[in-house]
Amino acid sequence: MEDEKVIETFGLSKIYPNQTAVNKLSFSVKEGEVFGFLGPNGAGKSTTLLMLLGLCQPSGGSARVCGLDPVRSAREVKRQVGYLPENVGFYQDMDAVQSLEYIADLNGMERNEAKKKTDEVLNLVGLSEDRSKKVGIYSRGMKQRLGIAEVLLKDPKVMFLDEPTLGLDPEGASKLTDLIKSLNKERKISVLISSHHLEQVQKISHSVGIMIKGQMVASGSIDNLAKEKFGVDDKEYALEEIYMKYFQEV
Amino acid sequence: MQGVSAVYRKELSDHFSSYRFVILFALIAMVSFITSYMAGIHLKESLHGVAKPTFVFLMLFNTTGALFSMVQFVAFFGPLIGIVLGFDAINRERGDGTLIKIVSQPIYRDSVINGKFLAGVTTISIMLVSIVLVISGIGLILLGVVPGVEEVWRLFIYVLISIFYISFWLGLAILFSIFFRSIATSALAAVALWIFLSFFVSLGASVLADVIAPVDTQEAVNTEAAINNIRVRQFISLFSPMSLYTNASATIIDPMRKTADSLVLMGPMEKISAGRFENPLPLGQSIVVVYPYIVILISLTLVCFAISYMVFMIQEIRT
Repeated sequence: MEDEKVIETFGLSKIYPNQTAVNKLSFSVKEGEVFGFLGPNGAGKSTTLLMLLGLCQPSGGSARVCGLDPVRSAREVKRQVGYLPENVGFYQDMDAVQSLEYIADLNGMERNEAKKKTDEVLNLVGLSEDRSKKVGIYSRGMKQRLGIAEVLLKDPKVMFLDEPTLGLDPEGASKLTDLIKSLNKERKISVLISSHHLEQVQKISHSVGIMIKGQMVASGSIDNLAKEKFGVDDKEYALEEIYMKYFQEV
Repeated sequence: MQGVSAVYRKELSDHFSSYRFVILFALIAMVSFITSYMAGIHLKESLHGVAKPTFVFLMLFNTTGALFSMVQFVAFFGPLIGIVLGFDAINRERGDGTLIKIVSQPIYRDSVINGKFLAGVTTISIMLVSIVLVISGIGLILLGVVPGVEEVWRLFIYVLISIFYISFWLGLAILFSIFFRSIATSALAAVALWIFLSFFVSLGASVLADVIAPVDTQEAVNTEAAINNIRVRQFISLFSPMSLYTNASATIIDPMRKTADSLVLMGPMEKISAGRFENPLPLGQSIVVVYPYIVILISLTLVCFAISYMVFMIQEIRT
């Protein structure tokens, strides 16, 4: 694995009038890896993602995404980063193709190129059959896959996935996880994934970061974290055990 | 620009395929046809036997046939078009979770609001121009007069003023849709402001004028007091976009009117002299008369849009 870093933060903070959402966060994600971004609800994960995209101004510290400063060159960052928000929304009366074409349009793609890319990503996420159905009647799993398709449309270097498996049935969730894994492997897309499905995160992540109350309490590969908490051991720990251990300590 | 045109195209196609546009357009078209038809019939009768009537064509728009003229109708219901096209522009997307998706694409954030505003203005323009053209067509058949160059110019300026007037309300509705998270709240707030500015300001103006510059009806007529009273009333009613618009459009569409002020303000001699010279004002002079109103109307529209722009740029978008 190369040691290029796609994401790096230096003391990144976000302070709201009556609450510190992100507190001097420093972590990095290497190129080509899947980084599991863990933490309880309200730990500041989404806020961190928004700051990395330049959608919200940090109160302190700085960040680098693909070597760019998201505050100064937000548009460039957004060109390279695909973001799938938590509970992504769609225009109910458009079909999958129209939704994708709108995104392509916003990315400034040519009409022919957009058509080609649309076919390609629909195939990739397995929605070719339902391409002309209105998004309003899509199931949750299909919507999430369409969301990923929209992210893939612009050939991102990095994907930010905020709770992509939230509310999916076990089969749908594991399918989606497999998809993310294969995208990382075959297309060399770095992935920053925040999720509560620890098993699945363990399955695909190269390293994880645990964020609690705005602070990164631990980050590194799962094996390293296990060693740190449980001492040198040959036994393979489930991510859940490690996570709970950290959680109890704070 | 790439972002603006993408949003613009999408919004425009949304407007034209939405039921609310179809209903609104049908309603306005119907009312306009009926009023101008009434005006046409009325005109035909009153022009019978007149040797050389002038500006007959424009009368289609400003003659109060049975109920109200086309100009009055637009002054009255125009705001509703703007409000309906804009009241859920931003907060619907926010609620659906699509706004965050759009702004996380490589576009400037202002493209979203620019595209939406421009699409609204285009929709309004298409609506107004087509209605004016259809009414003109009906007029041609009904009256058998062809509009002169000046009349076409006047109509053109009138349409332009109307577009700005309705765009003001569109901008206001978009501002409310940025401000209020709930669609119902922004719709109600916009309609409430419309009713307040259009109807209550002119009512309140006369009440306030009586307080500030009272006219004692018991005493002999004091001209100065009466004029003061009217001045105050007119000043206050300038806060209503509807009276601004009425003042601006009336003189443009009716060349026989020589002032944007109401006739009440004129002294008896002025009235006599105005009556003696029953000649139409040249276009240039009409424009000079209404120029200040047009400027205020345009600047109101721009200020309104600028505020929405600023609020939207600093607002945090999370969903």
